[in-house]
Amino acid sequence: MQINLKVWRQENRQAIGGYKNYSVSDVSEHMSFFEMLDKLNNELVRKGEDPIAFDHDCREGICGSCGVTINGRAHGPLRGVTSCQLHMRSFKDGDTLVVEPWRAASFPVIKDLVVDRKSFDRIMESGGYVSINTGGTPDANAIPIPKIDADAAFDSATCIGCGACVAICKNSAAMLFVGAKVTQFTKLPQGKVERRERVKNMVAQMDAEGFGSCTNTGACEAECPKEISLTNIATLNKEYLKASLC
Amino acid sequence: MDCPVVWLYCGGYIMAFNSNIPEGPLKDKWTDHLFNMKLVNPSNKRKYKIIVVGTGLAGGSAAATLAELGYNVEAFSYHESPRRAHSIAAQGGINAAKNYPNDGDSIYRLFYDTIKGGDYRAREANVHRLAEISNNIIDQCVAQGVPFAREYGGLLDNRSFGGAQVSRTFYARGQTGQQLLLGAYSALTRQMKTGNVKFHPRHEMLDLVMVDDKARGIITRNLETGEIKSHAADAVILATGGYGNVFYLSTNAMASNATAAWRAHRKGAYFANPCFTQIHPTCIPVSSEHQSKLTLMSESLRNDGRVWVPKEKGDKRKASEIPENERDYYLERMYPSFGNLVPRDVASRRAKNMCDAGHGVGETGLAVYLDFSDVISRNGQEWVAEKYGNLFDMYKQITGENPYEGPMMIYPAVHYTMGGLWVDYNLMSSIEGLHVLGEANFSDHGANRLGASALMQGLADGYFVIPYTIGNYLASNKLVDIDTNHPAFKDAEDKLKESNDKLFAIKGSRTVDDFHKELGKIMWEYVGMARNKEGLEKALVEIPKLRKEFWKDVKIPGSETELNPELEKAGRLADFLELGELMARDALNREESCGGHFRQEFQTEENEAKRNDADFTFAAAWEYKGENQTPELHKEDLNFEHVKLTTRSYK
Repeated sequence: MQINLKVWRQENRQAIGGYKNYSVSDVSEHMSFFEMLDKLNNELVRKGEDPIAFDHDCREGICGSCGVTINGRAHGPLRGVTSCQLHMRSFKDGDTLVVEPWRAASFPVIKDLVVDRKSFDRIMESGGYVSINTGGTPDANAIPIPKIDADAAFDSATCIGCGACVAICKNSAAMLFVGAKVTQFTKLPQGKVERRERVKNMVAQMDAEGFGSCTNTGACEAECPKEISLTNIATLNKEYLKASLC
Repeated sequence: MDCPVVWLYCGGYIMAFNSNIPEGPLKDKWTDHLFNMKLVNPSNKRKYKIIVVGTGLAGGSAAATLAELGYNVEAFSYHESPRRAHSIAAQGGINAAKNYPNDGDSIYRLFYDTIKGGDYRAREANVHRLAEISNNIIDQCVAQGVPFAREYGGLLDNRSFGGAQVSRTFYARGQTGQQLLLGAYSALTRQMKTGNVKFHPRHEMLDLVMVDDKARGIITRNLETGEIKSHAADAVILATGGYGNVFYLSTNAMASNATAAWRAHRKGAYFANPCFTQIHPTCIPVSSEHQSKLTLMSESLRNDGRVWVPKEKGDKRKASEIPENERDYYLERMYPSFGNLVPRDVASRRAKNMCDAGHGVGETGLAVYLDFSDVISRNGQEWVAEKYGNLFDMYKQITGENPYEGPMMIYPAVHYTMGGLWVDYNLMSSIEGLHVLGEANFSDHGANRLGASALMQGLADGYFVIPYTIGNYLASNKLVDIDTNHPAFKDAEDKLKESNDKLFAIKGSRTVDDFHKELGKIMWEYVGMARNKEGLEKALVEIPKLRKEFWKDVKIPGSETELNPELEKAGRLADFLELGELMARDALNREESCGGHFRQEFQTEENEAKRNDADFTFAAAWEYKGENQTPELHKEDLNFEHVKLTTRSYK
C-alpha cells in the first residue's frame, strides 16, 4: 500500500507548528500504524531529516503513552483501540491520513505529536488514592466486596490515562478521566472513607488545570480506547453534589 | 556460616562480596534480621535523601513507602508519568501463599515451587523471604483499592499458573499489572502531593556518581530539553527493569533498556547471571521484518487453552479441518501431571522442538496452536470473555483473526530477564549504597521465573524489603556531607557530554534501529532459546564487530538540546552492544543447561535441561574491567540446606 500522511510538525513548546506531507510506500496491511511511522522515521533519518516525535511505549494498548488524532478521530477510526493497536488493514491503498497531537490547552505540545499530560498527574495527586501507608493493613479477605461492585470498580479502573477523552471533547473536559477514578473508589469500601474530600479536591484541581465542563455529547465515551462508560461522569456529578451538600 | 565472604582487591580498595544472608533457621532469618537491623530515628529520616531511579512496581512502591516513613525521596523516570512504566503491561496475576482456595498451599510450598521452578539457581533465603512477604502484598493492594477479581460471595478469586499445582494467583482480569501499578502510583502521587517525593518526569539516568567508593548520586538527561544535571543523595536505588530488548524483538516496551544498570555496572556493580533470559511460550508469532515489538498472550490462558500441533509434519490444513485424532496435544502427552501448565522454559523449548521437527503451523511454520474450543463448549463464550476478554480482543486486533472461532497461534518470545545487577540479602549491590530492586536485580528467580512472580518480587522489594534494609545501611554508615559541587559530579557530567558529542560526530549512514535489528538477530540466533559453544563463540566475535561498526557508522539527527528519541535510543543501544557480549560470555561459561539457559550439549535423552550441580551451583557475578577488556567472574556459591537438588520433573 501507499499511504499519504499530513502530519503536525512542531519543533518545541514555543515554536509555531504546521502540517507537513509525507508519502510512505510498501506499507503492509499487517503493520501497525506506529510500525508504519517507524518505517517513515527510519527513512527520514537516512535522508538526514528530523524524524516525527510521538509518544509510545508498550504498543499493547495499556501504558497510555500513545495517542494521536487520525482524520479527526482520537486513536483513529476504530472503537476501543489505542493508536498503537491500530493496524494498517484499517486503511486503503492511497488513503491520506491527517495526523495531529491531542488538542487541548491543558495538554501543551512538547514536540510534533508529543504532548505534556502532567495535568493528569496533578489531578491524581489531589485525591486519586486511598490515604493509607504501607503495612498494618487488614487481611485481604476481611472485607467481602460484592462481585458486582468489584467488577464495576474494575471497569472504571481500566482507564489508561491517555487523554483521548479530553482531546476529542469540544470543551476539553477531563470529566471521564476524573469520573472513572472517583467511581472506582465509590464502588469499593476502601474508597468510601474519603469520598467527599476526594471528589471535591479532584474537581477543584481539574478546574484549576483549565479543563472544561461536560455538556453530555458523549464523544469521550465513543473515543475512549477502554470504552469507559459515560455513567462514570454521572457518578462524578452525583458524588460532587452529595459532597457539596454535606 | 552459610554466607561465604570473598574478599577482593578492587581498584585500590578492598570490597566485600558477601551475600549477607542472616544466620539461623530459614523461616526465622527475615524475622530475626528485622530485629537485628539498625533503625533510623523518625525525626532523622527527613535528613536523608534517597534517589529512586525507575517508578514501576518496584521503584514506585519503594519511593512511596520510603516517603511515608519520612525520608526525603527524589524519584526519576524517563516516562512522563509513573503510570507509564512497563509493569503496567503485566497481564496474568500475582502469586501469594494465602491458601484461600484451601488446596494445600503454604509459604513453604511457594518457596519450594519458586526454587524448583528456577531450576535450583536462586538463593534459598531470598526466596523464602519473598514467599513470606507475598501475603502482605495482597493485603496492601486490596487496602489501596486494587479491584482484584472476586467470587460471588465477595471473597478474592484465584487461578493457576505454570509450575504450580495449587491456585495461588490473584488477578484483575488480564490487567493485573495495570491495577497493581496504579495502586503503587496512587500511593506515590499521595507522597508527591506532600512534597516527600520530588518526581522528575522525562529524566533518564545516564551515570552513577561515587564518592569514597559509595554511591552518592546520579547524572540525568532531561529528555525534553537535553539538560545534563547532577543529583546528590545518601543512597541510590535502581529499579529500572530488565534488559530483554537486547534482542530487539521482545515483549518489553519499546523504551525498556539496560542503561542505568549497565552504567552502574561500568562503575563497579557486578552483573549476575546475564545469560538467564526467559523466553515466554505464549506470544503472538513474528509476522514479518517490519515488526517493532512482540505481544504477549498471558500465561493464564494455559489454564483453559490446550496447546497442540498436527501429528503430520508439514500439515497445511486449517486447524478446523484437522480431526481430533490427528492432533498432538504434546504438553499433555509429555507432562501428564502439569499438562499445559508446565513452567515457561519447558513450554517454550517444546514449542521450538515441535516447530524444528516440522510440526509448526501458520505461514512461517513457526507457531503452535493454543485452542479454547473445549472450554468454550464447556462453559460458553461469555465465561471465557469474562476471564480473558481483553486478551482475546488484543489478539484479534493484532492478527485480524477471531480466537473465539479458531485457535490462537502462538510462539515463544523474549519476555523477562532473571539476570541483573548482583545484590546481597539487603538488596545492596557490590557498590555500597547502591540498591537494586525488581527485575533489575538478579536475586529471586534463579534460572527461570515462574508466572505471576515478577509482580510479587517487584512489590516485595519495594513495599516490604528496601524500606527496612536501607535504614540499616544509613544507620550503620557515617556518610560525609557532599553536594553536587563535588568534583565527582562535574567529572561525570563532562564525560557524558563528551560521549554524546562523540555520537553526534559520527554522522554515519545507518540508523540506530538498523543496528539494533542486527544485534537482535545475533542474540536470537546464538544466545536465544537454545545455545551451543560454537554459536556463542561466534556471537563473541560478531557482537564486538557490530559495536565497532556502530561507533563508526551510526547516524543521529537533530541536536542534544531538544527532545531527540534517536539520541536516547543510540545511548541505550550502545549499552546493549556491551551487555549482549557479556550475556554470550556468561552463557558460554555456564557449561550446563538450567531453566531458561539451554545448552544443546547438555541435555537428557528426553531433551530436558541437564544441570551440572557439582560445578555450577553458583551465581555468576561479573566485574567490569574496562572497555574491550575481558570481565572478571566472581562466583557466589549457592548453598541448599532445605531443598534437595533434583532433576525437575513435571511429568
